Amino acid sequence: MAKEPKEIYERLQAAFPGVSLEFDETVPCIIVEPMKWKTVALFLRDADDLKFDSLMCLSGVDNGDGNLVSVCHLDSMVHRHKLTVKCIVSVDDPKVESVEQVWRTADWHERESYDLIGIEYVGHRDLRRILMPDDWMGHPLRKDYEVPEFYNGIKVPY
Amino acid sequence: MGLLDKKFENSNIIITSLEGVMNWARLCSLWQMSFGLACCAIEMMAASASHFDIMRFGVIPRPSPRQCDVMIVAGTVTLKMATRIKRLYEQMAEPRYVLSMGSCSNCGGPYWNYGYHVLKGVDRVIPVDVYIPGCPPRPEALLEGLMKLQEKVRNESLVKEKAA
Repeated sequence: MAKEPKEIYERLQAAFPGVSLEFDETVPCIIVEPMKWKTVALFLRDADDLKFDSLMCLSGVDNGDGNLVSVCHLDSMVHRHKLTVKCIVSVDDPKVESVEQVWRTADWHERESYDLIGIEYVGHRDLRRILMPDDWMGHPLRKDYEVPEFYNGIKVPY
Repeated sequence: MGLLDKKFENSNIIITSLEGVMNWARLCSLWQMSFGLACCAIEMMAASASHFDIMRFGVIPRPSPRQCDVMIVAGTVTLKMATRIKRLYEQMAEPRYVLSMGSCSNCGGPYWNYGYHVLKGVDRVIPVDVYIPGCPPRPEALLEGLMKLQEKVRNESLVKEKAA
């Protein structure tokens, strides 16, 4: 039985009274407390009426207002319903719980988000850069990022 | 000066200079390093396919830099790749040539301003012999660039002492 995001939100509220959850009506999505995200994720994956067995995409966003967002798009092939989940963290302490062990898809996606936006996924077993070279400094898709003058002796700006 | 500009003495004897023969042999067998970096590589593959058949110019793709004469830098050179390109170029035996194919490897192309990870021209890490403009250049343009390189090889001298 397919569920609407609002119904899923109410279901989560009942299941996790100790976790701060919000519902955004504009783009239907659930905003979860970053450091409690993994338990919620396990519930979303395993509960019989939810069964979110597929993580379609995980991306990082820099809002530009001092907040970074980790966005997950979930899909259930069993119930044919979809859900968007966001974790909002401050740019000064960007820690989100990793769901790499919940959905294996999250492994590389979290590494990419860490590499380019700089969100730290707590509990990820192999949180290295995935696209940029290992010796790169900074996270290039941050709004306040400035291109370095040189990289390994090679001039970078035009 | 072409090889057959020299006169024919007997029915099957050609009189020419050693350098002329050597350069002719070299320019007709410019073996290419087989790698592509972006969409330009697709045009390079099209140039290798039957319509354009780059092999009729003696361009054979080789999997090892040790066996190559020319490196066709076809596509966007990222900073991560730039260090590898430099290493591969150093592994090629001399005399070696570089064809820079397309806007990206010429000057950074569309990434010239906001491409934080793009090398703004492959000539920042290795010397380039021929630049081919285009985004991406058509196979005809690649062949034109190749013929320009052949022209360069034809006029080179390997035996003459180089000016100090």
